[in-house]
Amino acid sequence: MKPAATAHPHNPWLAHTVRIVNIASAAPGVFMCDLVFEDPAAAGEYSYLPGQFNMLYLPGLGEIAISISGDPDARACVAHTIREAGNVTRALSQLPVGASIGLRGPFGSHWPVEQCRGRDIVLVAGGIGLAPLRPVVCHLLTHRDEFGDLTLIIGAREPAGLLYPSEYEAWRAHGIDVQVTVDRADCSWSGKIGMVTNVLDRIPLRDAGQPVLMTCGPEVMMWYTVQLALGRGMRPESLFVSLERNMNCAIGLCGHCQFGPEFLCKDGPIFRYDRVASILKVDDL
Amino acid sequence: MQSPLFLARVQLDHLIRTLAEDGYQVVGPTVDQEAIVYDEISSAADLPVGWTDIQEPGKYRLQRRDDEAYFGYVVGPHSWKKYLFPPVTLVASADRTAAGWQLSTPETEPPRYAFLGVRACELAAIRIQDRVFLEGPFIDPTYQRRRAAAFVVAVNCTQAAATCFCTSMNTGPRCTAEFDLALTEIADGFLLEVGSNAGQGIAARLGTQRATAEQLEQGCAARQQAVDQIRKQMDTTGIRDLLMNNLRDPQWEEVAKRCLSCTNCTLVCPTCFCSSVAEVPDMTGDHVDRERRWDSCFNIDFSYMNGSPARNSIQSRYRQWMTHKLATWQDQFGSSGCVGCGRCITWCPVGIDLTEEVAAMRKSVETMANSSTVVSPGQEERES
Repeated sequence: MKPAATAHPHNPWLAHTVRIVNIASAAPGVFMCDLVFEDPAAAGEYSYLPGQFNMLYLPGLGEIAISISGDPDARACVAHTIREAGNVTRALSQLPVGASIGLRGPFGSHWPVEQCRGRDIVLVAGGIGLAPLRPVVCHLLTHRDEFGDLTLIIGAREPAGLLYPSEYEAWRAHGIDVQVTVDRADCSWSGKIGMVTNVLDRIPLRDAGQPVLMTCGPEVMMWYTVQLALGRGMRPESLFVSLERNMNCAIGLCGHCQFGPEFLCKDGPIFRYDRVASILKVDDL
Repeated sequence: MQSPLFLARVQLDHLIRTLAEDGYQVVGPTVDQEAIVYDEISSAADLPVGWTDIQEPGKYRLQRRDDEAYFGYVVGPHSWKKYLFPPVTLVASADRTAAGWQLSTPETEPPRYAFLGVRACELAAIRIQDRVFLEGPFIDPTYQRRRAAAFVVAVNCTQAAATCFCTSMNTGPRCTAEFDLALTEIADGFLLEVGSNAGQGIAARLGTQRATAEQLEQGCAARQQAVDQIRKQMDTTGIRDLLMNNLRDPQWEEVAKRCLSCTNCTLVCPTCFCSSVAEVPDMTGDHVDRERRWDSCFNIDFSYMNGSPARNSIQSRYRQWMTHKLATWQDQFGSSGCVGCGRCITWCPVGIDLTEEVAAMRKSVETMANSSTVVSPGQEERES
């Protein structure tokens, strides 16, 4: 009568107490929040892969799913880049350094960085979508020799919405071709204007069948990015997207984040494109 | 499994007392709120003796039987999930201290339930929730503890409601496994089957006799009566692809005209497991409980994200429920999410019948395929 227990040994509902060590505005309506574990043992056990997310918990207000935007190899603190979208994110943005909150995680699938060794990589980020790709960038910088040509296309509505602009030069210096474009420029802007697909259309591909593309941003942006990549000869199995739905439990038990057959919290949020291609454009799914 | 025993009618009380003596909280069917619902019972007198239920789409009525059967009804609005996956569960707590928030999860002893009167479709439903809560990458501790502690006394159906279709889902009406004890009600008592060591331990203390050939014959006939009474059918052939390949079929719009999005079907469903966690602070705000409560994919805010619900229409919410129950559940958990108990049909206030909706979808898809106005999936995709 007793079903066999599998998997995760800890109570998945138990959050760790973490402390804010750094909190700062990153762009209008977007802030960065770095957290450290109170319990050294929990800190020691904690590790994540690029693209995974945490549940951040403000007692009395609720829990939110936030992708991790730091360097997976830097263990001292866990970095998040958060858009103010609701009660919890707004309250979190007001907390001071030193405040304690809860953290469960990491959860979810990850970008296929390990499987990309030796290949060219194209990253396409729109707006806050750069946050879950930043751990990939960090990994690529640390292990630059293991990969081929690296291109990062960053798009934002306006120049002020660009995330981590002060880091772009360092990324370029380490051998990533960083291309930045905005939908609407202001007088301070001397860069590209237009959509990320305009840029993607023009970048050189040594061998279209070989590179891996990872994209995160608004669903419509990812859709056109993927269609363009396919049109340029990239293979469906080499395209990866990050999807978003309401997440409540993060452990596949509450049903909220279902997207067709997928639970975005445990099967996603990162999917190989061909796995979700048939449901990606179904309205209201 | 050994050959069935016979438990005299007067000994049913003995079974309930024996379970209680062993520390089980015995829960079983009882008449309340003009329905047969599951609640704590202390003797056989608490059972719905001499009552039956009449069920149709959108209709449930209790009716007197012309005998004094204990289990002469089918299934009511409750299912055992209310004990294994309670409507409200404490999953975690937070306490404010000088050193910051202290976070914890409850470590309370689970109640030890003995379920009396679990039907075959309900055994199948428990097995399905086992896969959800115990066999994925994360285990739900509340369900795990309650499930491990539970004792199951199954009861074979001897009649069926007009809403039953377990034979289509291969879940009943015969209880074949996953129980500790199983009863079949016959004229002067019950045939008793033992399904586990725990069940053997209880059975040994009940003063049973070996069932006679005549009693076994009576049991067979009683169980066959349930099979014969099942009229409703659901054609499950290729059902996953039928639904998932036709997510834009106009039939979804048709059912949405009737569906009230009231959530009844999901609450009475013995396998539906959707929930939300609510923050429950005390008056000081220094202690916060995190309560998991049953939720439903029919609630508009269930899919709320970035300022609007992902499923804003009733059409999209009904589609989510039906495709999940009958199609994507197979991808996720390796079986259908439907056991054919018929509760969603009975308790739907407008009488939407899941089996008829499947048939209507089949028909609609055929009609679309034969129609000259059919659009290919490529053409259908909206530019956005």
